[in-house]
Amino acid sequence: MTQESTPVTDTHEPLVSVQDLQIGFQTGNGFVQAVKGVSFDIFPGETVAIVGESGSGKSTTATGLMDLLPSNGRITGGTVMFNGKDLTKVSKSEMVGIRGREIGYVPQDPMSNLNPVWNVGFQVREAVLANGMAKNKKDADKRVVEVLKEAGLADAERRVKQYPHQFSGGMRQRVLIGIGLAADPKLLIADEPTSALDVTVQRVILDHLESLTREKDTALLLITHDLGLAAERASKVIVMYQGKIVESGPSLELLQNPQHPYTKRLIAAAPSLASQRLKSSRVEVAEAPQGDEIDLVAAAAHRHDVVEHADHAGTPAIEVKDLTKVFSIRRGSFRSEPFTAVDKVNFTVPRGTTMALVGESGSGKSTVAKMVLGLETATEGEIFVAGKDATVLTGKEMLEHRRRMQPVFQDPYGSLDPMQSIGSIIQEPLDVHKIGDRKSREQRVNEVIDEVALPRTVLSRYPNELSGGQRQRIAIARALALKPDVVILDEAVSALDVLVQAQILQLLADLQEELGLSYLFITHDLAVVRVVADDVAVMEKGKIVEHGSVESIFSNAQTEYTQKLLDAIPGANIPLGA
Amino acid sequence: MPKPEHFVAPFDENEMAEVDKVKLNEKPSNLWRDAWRSLRTRPLFYLSLAAVLVIVLMALFPTLFTHVSPTDDCQLANSNGGPAAGHPMGFTRQGCDVYARVVWGARTSLTVGVLATVISGVIGIITGALAGFYGGWVDSVLSRIGDIFFSIPYILAAVVIMTTLADYRSVWTLAFAIGGFAWASLARILRSEILRVKSGDFVMASIATGRTRFKTLLSHVLPNSMTPVIVYLTISLGGAIVAEATLSFLGVGLGPSVMSWGNDISAAQSSLRTAPMTLIWPSIFLTVTVLAFITLGELVRDALDPKARARG
Repeated sequence: MTQESTPVTDTHEPLVSVQDLQIGFQTGNGFVQAVKGVSFDIFPGETVAIVGESGSGKSTTATGLMDLLPSNGRITGGTVMFNGKDLTKVSKSEMVGIRGREIGYVPQDPMSNLNPVWNVGFQVREAVLANGMAKNKKDADKRVVEVLKEAGLADAERRVKQYPHQFSGGMRQRVLIGIGLAADPKLLIADEPTSALDVTVQRVILDHLESLTREKDTALLLITHDLGLAAERASKVIVMYQGKIVESGPSLELLQNPQHPYTKRLIAAAPSLASQRLKSSRVEVAEAPQGDEIDLVAAAAHRHDVVEHADHAGTPAIEVKDLTKVFSIRRGSFRSEPFTAVDKVNFTVPRGTTMALVGESGSGKSTVAKMVLGLETATEGEIFVAGKDATVLTGKEMLEHRRRMQPVFQDPYGSLDPMQSIGSIIQEPLDVHKIGDRKSREQRVNEVIDEVALPRTVLSRYPNELSGGQRQRIAIARALALKPDVVILDEAVSALDVLVQAQILQLLADLQEELGLSYLFITHDLAVVRVVADDVAVMEKGKIVEHGSVESIFSNAQTEYTQKLLDAIPGANIPLGA
Repeated sequence: MPKPEHFVAPFDENEMAEVDKVKLNEKPSNLWRDAWRSLRTRPLFYLSLAAVLVIVLMALFPTLFTHVSPTDDCQLANSNGGPAAGHPMGFTRQGCDVYARVVWGARTSLTVGVLATVISGVIGIITGALAGFYGGWVDSVLSRIGDIFFSIPYILAAVVIMTTLADYRSVWTLAFAIGGFAWASLARILRSEILRVKSGDFVMASIATGRTRFKTLLSHVLPNSMTPVIVYLTISLGGAIVAEATLSFLGVGLGPSVMSWGNDISAAQSSLRTAPMTLIWPSIFLTVTVLAFITLGELVRDALDPKARARG
């Protein structure tokens, strides 16, 4: 250790001191201020989390600290004191010396942040050499293996020769964390480091990141949209909204005793925290909504009452028997191997209820959804929708069948045809099924746009003019146009911001009550399941490993896998008191 | 490390917006109105549009531009003469008015260009769309056929065809000779675009509503794949006009009696040294026309791309 490194924990000098930071972007509509005077301190070894929705300025703040803003962005005011230097004033070349060596960075998307044409060892070596951590090639190679080992890759010697596509998402993120920490920086900035990963992988990665930073006494600035995760991992949480800090403080205190209305709103809308509250109170929640109009707990409790009276005796909305899907996977140019994506899956969705199909990526849950929708053919098994076997239908009967069952997909930006107006998008199912005349179709479109609580003026607009949440409402409106019995929601809220997600979940609950819909809810997020579903089936590697009511699964999970998933919900272990 | 204090911003400092409020400009928009709004601001658009309009007018109503006949008023006495009153561009070797010939020649060049582009467009769009959308053996067969055509230089193919069909030379055979061999690259471009578009959720959503695959191709996949096609077609319109000129120059295009820029350029080469302007004038018209179409195509593509028009 040289004299320069001063990992003295009892110092009262902050490592980073941000004062009144202002950052703006030059856009087509003029200069837009994205960060409007943000101040905070990070002490050596401390973990600080910045929480906010997209557009709150949280990532801009982080990239601004490192001078990694896009070319149209610039710091317009304030200071960032780091090690006695003002980072907003240092020269470009000085900044190069600081980046990596003193401030490390872990980017968001592990899939696109490693160069696919170079092997992993090469990319780590690049970071090692750029930061002057090794003098010659031999030292560098040794250091590369060390870095990867520290990052938690067990067989690092073998792994250095491999290419990114041979790594899973979690392993790639480990490599990126390794690169970020390669030069033992004093501060590590991690921008949504795990939002692209499965919850169980997220947990492992964050645990590892935590122990690494503690070991090296590295300060960590965590950027996240997940309040539960922030509170669980950081000692201090900063809540940002529209480019300003609205509330900051010790994480537990902030969660238990939020003061600002926006923070209250965020807490009320976060599924992980809501499910925590549901679990702790375990009563028909009658408390006043915490924030304002959105409260997931209230919504979930209300929906629960309604569903109690649902028709459990009649024909189930969906009944799936021994459903199996075998894909043949290409190996080389001529051989192919069978791969069982879905393996003898059975479940039933009673009319008017919500069934959640939960699993991590690759568990086969989306394949089940596609088979139920008739977008993939089943290799074996039967799918009964309202008592009719959908696997044997053809032609006209299939068309009739599709009318009873409509999908809402995950990506609100991809599921609407960008070339068509909102009106014709919603009207499409009516046209396909030749329902009514022009006038009655228009009337139906107006009805459903009212149902999803959007103004009728949006009908003449195009998808690119709407936000993600609004597009998802349009997708729901399109699904409702045919008055279906069943709506298949394939990760329908996963891509949305927390508040918007809560709004859409509430809308779905209201619609279920009004129209008696049955939902098949495909998701990776158990926290959401807790607030929206009645029954849960947990899928792992194509099989349903556990199946039961939400209550029983959450209070008494039978399998280790389910328990692991439950434990991995960020913020699941935070006592909320109230 | 001091315990962080609990900071709360004054409530009134940040006004809380309604969650996900609908923000729309007062004016409703549609695709073409938006495209027009974006085109309106580009000076290059007016310039190229004006050039295209002039050329089209020339092709439709040549008498609007000149009253001198390009064939009957030729006097050998004027052979290779310079500009004179009423004859701003001088005279050809045969003593015909260069300006009149250029004006009348626009019709042939444009007709061949448009016809050849339509022919290659129709063949290219059908094969590219089917190959990309259906995949499997349809793709294999159509793509291989495309590869065969791709491997033959289309000028060479056109030369061979026009030589074989020497007795049937007309605007139609020329258009077929040019367009019939130029579609393979369009098919390739469209195929890859369709592969990209068809994986979108909105395609799956359309099939899930019960629309047949073929109708989904027509109503969703194809319209979303058209931007590279529009650009390619406008560029190839220019290319086809050049091809016509090339073939005529080589003597395998239209018969020498037909007036076209290619024929004029070809005829002018013998007197290039004595009267270079007889070659340069038709060349300038050819270049301006081709450039105007290509520029217009690029501008329209920019304006039509809804992804580039996203509003905050």
